[in-house]
Amino acid sequence: MMSKNGLLHRRAVVAELLRERGDLLVVAGLGGPNWDVTAAGDHPNNFPLWGAMGSAAMIGLGLALAQPERRILVITGDGEMLMALGALATIAVQKPANLTICVLDNERFGETGMQETHTAHGVDLAGIAKAAGFATSLTVRKPDEVTRLRDLAHSGTGPIFAQVKIDAEALPFVLPPAEGGILKNRFRASVLGEEAFYN
Amino acid sequence: MNAAARLTETRPQDWPQAVFGILSELGVRQVAIVPDAGHSRLIRLCEDDPNKRVVTLTTEEEGVALLAGAWLGGEKGVLLIQSSGVGNCINMLSLMQTCQLPLLMLVTMRGDWGEFNPWQVPMGQGTEPALQAMGVIVRRVDEAHLVASTVLGAANLAFNTSRAVAVLIGQSVLGAKNFKELAKPR
Repeated sequence: MMSKNGLLHRRAVVAELLRERGDLLVVAGLGGPNWDVTAAGDHPNNFPLWGAMGSAAMIGLGLALAQPERRILVITGDGEMLMALGALATIAVQKPANLTICVLDNERFGETGMQETHTAHGVDLAGIAKAAGFATSLTVRKPDEVTRLRDLAHSGTGPIFAQVKIDAEALPFVLPPAEGGILKNRFRASVLGEEAFYN
Repeated sequence: MNAAARLTETRPQDWPQAVFGILSELGVRQVAIVPDAGHSRLIRLCEDDPNKRVVTLTTEEEGVALLAGAWLGGEKGVLLIQSSGVGNCINMLSLMQTCQLPLLMLVTMRGDWGEFNPWQVPMGQGTEPALQAMGVIVRRVDEAHLVASTVLGAANLAFNTSRAVAVLIGQSVLGAKNFKELAKPR
């Protein structure tokens, strides 16, 4: 699960987080996290984003409030999360017990030429989430901590935040459907049943 | 009595109560807000309703994403913001257009009729074209007795056809603020 420079491999992290995923609902932020989640297995209970940067955590909150009996896992990147730091305050105030936000932090804007993000210069996302009021906020660097995060995402008391330090590797894209209508309809049919099409 | 019938029973100045009744009847659960004085009565009614969850945002685009998630999970919502906040929503509205998600936005206007503060004018005048540029259907209402029926029509359009629809509530309905009355005399 570790690279030569001692950092976690992102696809191994996501594969572990989604191991025996059950009825877990997943929102994937644009770019690398979308391809990682899809590499672990395209699934109707995934809502992978191809745009709307900064939306992933708040989509997770709306979903968590609407589906309080289900577990919601947002997997996004450090650049995407940095664009929505206010969302951490909003989520902390709402205290959704069923929501986990996992940031795959390669300290880079990976899709645009691997430019450094703020986390490369010491900005501590887990610290920001903790200060905002997240019940649990972790920095994850080791495989056993990934397994612990997987268990928290499935059964811990949220809101849970995790900043997972990963290797800045460039991997082949693994693409889910791109059309928004398909992603929306398959997700709603899976979560709500086909009666969702008749309202 | 249903919402449509109740519209004719309500005094014009009681439009927040009428709109609250419509939202309740439609089953709106998530109420995303960046407060505005013009929305204050409606916000209070929503806060007092155990069937609604008021989510205070740090910036308006959070609400667009929140309500996308709400709909994916089977809940309806409404976004209550001021016209200046429409500018913050622009890129996030691509969610609605790309994924054919419904969105009901109730926007109280500034920078328009009777405005005193020049800093409100650019976004106030840009509100309608900015929304339309992002594929949002815009209905404007400038008379109090027409607010509730306009909201009902917009909500049905949004939720029945999976579109983003904004109702712009004009300052002639809300009353324009006069800063001179609030300021210390020179």
